[in-house]
Amino acid sequence: MSLLDAQGLYAGYGGVDILRNTHLRLGADEIVVIVGPNGAGKSTAMKAVFGLVPIREGRVHYQGEDITNRPPERMVTRGIAYVPQEANVFPSLSVLENLELGAYALRGDHRPRLEKVFEIFPRLKERRNQQAGVMSGGERQMVAMGRALMVEPRLLMLDEPTAGLSPRLIDETFERIREVNQLGIGVLMVEQNARQALAIADRGYVLATGENRYEDTGPALLANPEVAEMFLGG
Amino acid sequence: MDLAGLLAYGLFFLNLVGIYAIMALGLNMQWGMTGQFNIGIAGFFAVGAYTSAILTTGPSPTWLGGFDLPFLLGLAATVLVCLPIAWLVGRITARLRTDYLAIATIGIAEIIRLFFLNEGWLTNGVRGIPGIEKPLGTGNGGYLLIVTAFVALIWLLVEMARRSPWGRVLRAIRDNEPATAAAGKDIARFRLQAFVVGSCIMALAGGLYAHFVGFVSPEAFRPLYGTFLVWVMLIAGGSGNNLGAILGALVVWLIWSSTEMLAGVLPTDLIGSESAFRVFLIGVLLQIILVSRPQGMLPERRPPMPGEPR
Amino acid sequence: MVEVIQLLINGILLGSILALGAVGATMIFGVLRFAHFAHGDFMAVGAYFALSVVTVFNLPVLAALPVAMAATAGLAVAIDQLVYRRIRRVQPVILLISSFATALVLRSLIQMIWGSSNQVYQTGIQLPWRIGPFTLKPDHLLIFLAATGLVITVHLFLTRTRLGKAMRAMSDNMNLALITGIPADRVIMATWAIGGALAAAAGVFLGMDTRLHPVMGWTLLLPIFAATILGGIGRPYGAIFGGLVIGCAMELSTLIIPGSYKPAVAFAIMVATLVFRPQGIIKGTV
Ligand SMILES: Nc1ncnc2c1ncn2[C@@H]1O[C@H](COP(=O)(O)OP(=O)(O)O)[C@@H](O)[C@H]1O
Ligand SMILES: [Mg+2]
Repeated sequence: MSLLDAQGLYAGYGGVDILRNTHLRLGADEIVVIVGPNGAGKSTAMKAVFGLVPIREGRVHYQGEDITNRPPERMVTRGIAYVPQEANVFPSLSVLENLELGAYALRGDHRPRLEKVFEIFPRLKERRNQQAGVMSGGERQMVAMGRALMVEPRLLMLDEPTAGLSPRLIDETFERIREVNQLGIGVLMVEQNARQALAIADRGYVLATGENRYEDTGPALLANPEVAEMFLGG
Repeated sequence: MDLAGLLAYGLFFLNLVGIYAIMALGLNMQWGMTGQFNIGIAGFFAVGAYTSAILTTGPSPTWLGGFDLPFLLGLAATVLVCLPIAWLVGRITARLRTDYLAIATIGIAEIIRLFFLNEGWLTNGVRGIPGIEKPLGTGNGGYLLIVTAFVALIWLLVEMARRSPWGRVLRAIRDNEPATAAAGKDIARFRLQAFVVGSCIMALAGGLYAHFVGFVSPEAFRPLYGTFLVWVMLIAGGSGNNLGAILGALVVWLIWSSTEMLAGVLPTDLIGSESAFRVFLIGVLLQIILVSRPQGMLPERRPPMPGEPR
Repeated sequence: MVEVIQLLINGILLGSILALGAVGATMIFGVLRFAHFAHGDFMAVGAYFALSVVTVFNLPVLAALPVAMAATAGLAVAIDQLVYRRIRRVQPVILLISSFATALVLRSLIQMIWGSSNQVYQTGIQLPWRIGPFTLKPDHLLIFLAATGLVITVHLFLTRTRLGKAMRAMSDNMNLALITGIPADRVIMATWAIGGALAAAAGVFLGMDTRLHPVMGWTLLLPIFAATILGGIGRPYGAIFGGLVIGCAMELSTLIIPGSYKPAVAFAIMVATLVFRPQGIIKGTV
């Protein structure tokens, strides 16, 4: 059984469909990457899966359960965490508070989870009393991912986690994503740095104007000349 | 009430409806068309009322009177005096977000009120300015003709403005400011223009009011209630719709007047103060409209875009 | 110099009252994204609730304070549930208009229930303390201490409790708060409750310092918004700072301009802030 299975999604803003018959599937422990040109509807697809954009038609199943159009609160308690593309930290709160709030919807002691996040991102432990808003882009991205990991998700959804980062930080971020995945967390991510992302991905989707164009394993998509020409800069 | 009394009351009533309708049209220019939140209506209204009062009354030892200008010149002056004030206020506030503009306009109205209250040499302070006359010795009936003419004139002007390319830009700013800015429109300039025009219309209403009641004082307008009633009128009538603004003025003033009768028949022990009870009812009415029919009685109908079938 | 210091003392007193109002207003502004025009009238309602407790049970004002705060908190939550909640999804400006209506409804209710004339909690004149050339009324010290206590309580709530942190988070980034699974409805209710309670306290203190009348709150609304904007919208600590600055500026202004223009000073500071530093002295969250 797949961890996430979205079939025939139609969704958009103010009655205009952006997604048209989009489908996405993710097995447990997989890293799946969505690539595609700007405005293709990649972010919209993520939001629709997470219940932030209403799905007009189609269904989303998570671990076999229908979660179509559930409120985000319910997604979180089911073990799905989502890091949006922009504005993904609470800027006036400290790093520690950002992380603590990540676990808001969960009961129980969150200290063990906090330790686990600090293990993955030691830098956050060092800077835990820092205001998130004044940190560098790379650090903010770590805070955002750390916040999402605080719910001990089974599925982590990342929207362009490397946008605006330096090449060195991009490498490091992908490395962290691999580590997270090795903990048994499925990762669904949208990426502009398609080459590197597909290199670590198990499978990938190419989305254009809200429709599925190609889907294949990461290496196969990388090797596909049409995909390369369209989205990977030749 | 006998027939003559009823007729007299009707004339009195309709005069005020007309004056409020003009204010509602002015607000519609700012809020309905451009999305500017002005709750300082009473301030501009007061500017108009005082301007005409000072310029058209005879000499007085206690305030700056004695200009003795004719009625129409007094009214023209309301616009001329309001113009620089509104321009200055608009200049400062044109870039502000809706909620900041709202806060700023209360402040402006408050300062205008304080000014009229404290600068006794100009305005006679709390005692106010009496003896403002209607033109040509008309009574309420004759004056109603004048007020109606002004309502019609202002309606024509704002309706033409609404259908003009200029009005389309205003609406575009209201509905989607970033896109309008991206289309190369100078948002601040259009906003400023709408604000000034709307405020001057309110000042004109103030002038008409002063000559109707014959007396102005800082408390005569009950500043906040005046502003509030105009808002209720526009929202109830349908913001964005100029006929709606006029209809709203009529209906809300009718309700407002009938609350007076209702307050009259209810025992005072039950309702405490009569005027408070009326404001309470109107406030509740506005809440009900906002919750159940925010588009008002006559919802906005957009004029067709060029080339679009009617 | 003596005069300046005396005015500063008065300014700090007025400032603490403004700060209490502004903290609630800024939190409501931050979490719900609209300027709540009935905030001044919450103050007045709170002051009158306390008056009823004082007269009916013959209690001292400070004993009536918690009752007034609780009652106003309940009223604020009730108004939100009854009115604001229903129009929240439409447009923030509709909320603005609605809060304007709430302000007038509350004020007219006060006039209907408690009357329009001036009232006081306590008749008789308090003997002021003379400290050197300065005078200080015992009430003033009481007000200052109680306001400080409340501000510290709010601080602890915002920084030490889950709900408090969630409130700051919502004010910071509403969308992310939703994504994180923070229950918006509960946080909004808590925001109203706290805003209402603090406004009531401000109203009671204002009533102790001066007198009660139905427009007592409305006259302070402008200075409160000025404090909110100066301190950066959505920033409780900024609001405290803003309240103190505005309070002192209003009192000190009487050195150079007639006292009747005091509200204009708050307004001038506010406009200057909006024009030169619209995000507030400390950058706001909205
Ligand atoms: N909040 C929104 N309201 C209306 N349209 C939107 C909104 N967000 C995105 N869109 C539109 O949806 C389309 C897809 O956007 P998005 O999903 O963000 O694309 P991508 O992430 O692939 O770059 C774009 O045309 C964009 O303009
Ligand atoms: Mg995107």
